[in-house]
Amino acid sequence: MPRRESLKNLQREKNLFAGRIVVGAIICVLMSGGLLFRLSELQIQGHDYYTTRANDNRLRVVPVPPVRGLIYDRSGVVLAENRPAFGLEITPEQVDDMPALLAQIGGLVPLTESDIQRFNDRVARTPRYRGVPLRTHLSMEEVALLEVNRHDLRGAEVTAGLTRNYPMSIEGAHVVGYVGGITEADLQRIDTDSYQGLGQIGKAGLERFYEDRLRGTPGARIIEANAFGRPLREIEHRPGQAGQNLHLTLDAEVQAVAQAALGELNGAVVAIDPRSGEIIALVSKPGYEPHHFVEGIDAASYRTLLEDRNRPLFNRALQGQYPPGSTIKPAMAVAGLEHTVVDPEHREFCPGSMQLPGSIRQFRCWRRRGHGWMDMVSGVMQSCDIYFYQLALNLGIDLMHDSMQQFGLGNVTGIDLPLESAGLMPSRAWKRRTRGESWYPGETLIVGIGQGYTLATPLQMAHMTARLAMRGEGFPPHLLRETVDPVTQQRVTLSPAALPPITLRNPEHWSAVIQAMVDTAHKPGGTALRIGQNAPYLIAAKTGTAQVASLSQEDKVARTLEDTPVRLRDHALLVAFAPADNPQIAVAVLAEHAGSGSAVAAPVARKVMDQYLLGEVQYESPPPVIAPYTGELRNASGVVP
Amino acid sequence: MALIDVGGQRGNPTLSDWFERWHIDSWLLSLLLILSGFGMLMLYSASGHDFGAVGAQARRLGLGFVLMIVVAQAPPEWYRSGAGWLYGGTVLMLVLVLVLGDSAKGAQRWLDLGVIRFQPSELMKLAMPLAIAAYLHQRTLPPQLGSMAVTLILIAVPTGLVMVQPDLGTSLLVVAAGGFALFFAGLRWRWIVGAVALVAAAAPLLWLRLHDYQRGRILTLFDPERDPLGAGYHITQSKIAIGSGGGFGKGWLEGTQAKLDFLPEANTDFIFAVIAEELGLIGVVLLLLIYLAIVARGLIIALRAQDTFQRLLAAALTLKFFVYVFINIGMVIGLLPVVGVPLPLVSYGGTSAVSLLVGFGMLMSIQTNRKLLAN
Repeated sequence: MPRRESLKNLQREKNLFAGRIVVGAIICVLMSGGLLFRLSELQIQGHDYYTTRANDNRLRVVPVPPVRGLIYDRSGVVLAENRPAFGLEITPEQVDDMPALLAQIGGLVPLTESDIQRFNDRVARTPRYRGVPLRTHLSMEEVALLEVNRHDLRGAEVTAGLTRNYPMSIEGAHVVGYVGGITEADLQRIDTDSYQGLGQIGKAGLERFYEDRLRGTPGARIIEANAFGRPLREIEHRPGQAGQNLHLTLDAEVQAVAQAALGELNGAVVAIDPRSGEIIALVSKPGYEPHHFVEGIDAASYRTLLEDRNRPLFNRALQGQYPPGSTIKPAMAVAGLEHTVVDPEHREFCPGSMQLPGSIRQFRCWRRRGHGWMDMVSGVMQSCDIYFYQLALNLGIDLMHDSMQQFGLGNVTGIDLPLESAGLMPSRAWKRRTRGESWYPGETLIVGIGQGYTLATPLQMAHMTARLAMRGEGFPPHLLRETVDPVTQQRVTLSPAALPPITLRNPEHWSAVIQAMVDTAHKPGGTALRIGQNAPYLIAAKTGTAQVASLSQEDKVARTLEDTPVRLRDHALLVAFAPADNPQIAVAVLAEHAGSGSAVAAPVARKVMDQYLLGEVQYESPPPVIAPYTGELRNASGVVP
Repeated sequence: MALIDVGGQRGNPTLSDWFERWHIDSWLLSLLLILSGFGMLMLYSASGHDFGAVGAQARRLGLGFVLMIVVAQAPPEWYRSGAGWLYGGTVLMLVLVLVLGDSAKGAQRWLDLGVIRFQPSELMKLAMPLAIAAYLHQRTLPPQLGSMAVTLILIAVPTGLVMVQPDLGTSLLVVAAGGFALFFAGLRWRWIVGAVALVAAAAPLLWLRLHDYQRGRILTLFDPERDPLGAGYHITQSKIAIGSGGGFGKGWLEGTQAKLDFLPEANTDFIFAVIAEELGLIGVVLLLLIYLAIVARGLIIALRAQDTFQRLLAAALTLKFFVYVFINIGMVIGLLPVVGVPLPLVSYGGTSAVSLLVGFGMLMSIQTNRKLLAN
């Protein structure tokens, strides 16, 4: 009985089991189908996406910073170069306890609060596997100390790189400029792709102006890295492109002579080759040490520089705006001759002062007792104000404005340096626009002697002189002569297009004015006699005086308080070119608070010209001193000796 | 066979005769050898061309194959009679593991027997279907309420012991091995549906009992970016490896994910990702076909088996094998939580390979002894 039952059960069980096997097989096939469906999602639809992610996983692009172009003067003297420098980098990914590591490093080498602050800021913005600089410009002792303790400093690495060095130091700072760390503000305006791997950017001077040529193009190393970011092998090396080397028109020796010739004075010297517009020297004193910026200037030092009353960061040569004073008179004479309001023989009587009809206001000549009868030559030579008041009256403000603009006043020269000021050549339209007032006849007179609203930069004065020297021909002032590719040696020479010439109906008038300037430098009674003394070449020159009041608001305050007399003294000006019969150099000198252009500015210009034309300074004179002030303070009307 | 007989010398045993004499199923043997060979090729790639690792794996597999053939020699009745002892002994060892087991990766799974370190939970994957099949063999099927209750207790005790080790992956396989035996015994569908409903209801309770890292793995499964550097990292990197393999793969030894250490545990639980990266969808489909062929052979053996014990044992072992494959691949491709389940006979590691091959030895015993009886 049990046996029959179990036999019956056996068949039933077999059928039941077979059914379950079929169900089990179906389940296996369905589940496998599910796996395959998911796999095809990943491997077919998701293939491109995951391929990208796999490459992202393993490939690291490490930028290779390009070598920055060098800067040379006209004879090959290096003005900006690259020097090896050591820094300390930390890769956050490899660090377990950052504060502890920083404390440990701080025990070995000096770390300032700002170092750490800057480091933390950059860590927040950088991928964790990238090294972030903590210190730059490590000394050899510091490098050794860090290397010895290397095993304790996991994640920290001493890196070798290049840093900018300026052999001319302070003397070149205002021309060459400097590079500095890329700031948040820089990031707003630059294409960050061009700066991969680079920490620095041109901040001032030529470094800033020619940033795009100097920088070069970064290269890249494509590196296969493992999951821990450790590089395993280089898959590709795309070389970057080194920056272009700049060869300047600047003459480092002339620059140094000009710098030295100013002595203790603050001021500016600009020397131009009038035949080409090439800048031979461009000095602004005082200067500053560019390396402080390269190494990352701290806030306190920067504030000290900004608040220095001598304004060392201010480039007087192209940013400083001064009344050109009497240096404008030769150009005014050209305008007067051209517009036939005078001819070379035309004479005016100088009694020492004059009045406009219907006005009681006195317009005085710098020489209180007057010059007597003056013609064009003696008017220039003795810088007679009355002669030029009359000339200005005859020309009128409109013709004066247009003529002086032809000489470059009131407009930027377009020099290849940043932040050039435009100066000001006033006109009726300008006054209406800015002051809402009409032009007064009295204002015309003082414009004729380079005062009143007239403002010019030392660069503009040198440029104006160069155009006089070239009898109306001229080129835009510029510092770059050619760029040379450091790899291919390919040269690109820059030859700026000539400016539209100033044409006179009677070209002889140029000779007349230039003769007047030569007399100024060489004939007894000339105001610039000091420059012409024993010169082996002919010099054409003109002195001038710039009033202090317009330098800055601060000085005006000082003036009303009358607390610092030296600071109220006029600035001495002198423009000159030489040789007068074959001009090769045009110079403008501004010496702040020096009082007399003749006593102080003339020797500076002469030394510059000696150096350039003769290769040495032959001129001997006592070192420039602040000459005793003989003039008088101007009254509020701004009439000037 | 006939062809060989015609040309062959009388009295000389053919290959087929030889297999029969040694109780070897040629289908299973061929498929398992192909799978193991394939596994060692992939291990060579995944381990970064480490001949040492491949050699060690070859020795383990060799031991496994020898054990498989040894096990195949014994008639199925022996296993039935020994099932109760094996089950009881293994449960005892699981208790011992909890008391004095070795800790590895924060879980107590190993028993150090001096000579070898031994994982009793692995043995349970064999003992469980043996015990259930042996028990149900003595009962009328489909199982009645009483025998079902006993079976559930037999399943629950070791499962619980493995879970507290804790080893979620193995406990799943232990449950599966026992549960499948019950399923193939004809467990009524209403009970199955009821059990699923119960599990669904109990899930929240179970959730609370899980360790934090286990919960993390499950949460991470649904949102790998939740913890991209921690638990989600495995899944993310595994998906990158698989997806970047595409249809045809990057080529053997050409995968980058494992070679550059992005893929964790590339030798062991995640070796499937290496296969998918290097051989692509084509290679993965081939691998699945090998697995399905083995499963098919196992189900055929079960279907032909001659008594309830043999049927239930063969079917449960086969399905357990498939669940192994499914859980491993499912977790590597991000369908299932990351639990420690190796890819059968491919992942680096000895215990699971040996226990699987012993299981296949039992299948061979069932298959070849049936033939002898039939003859």
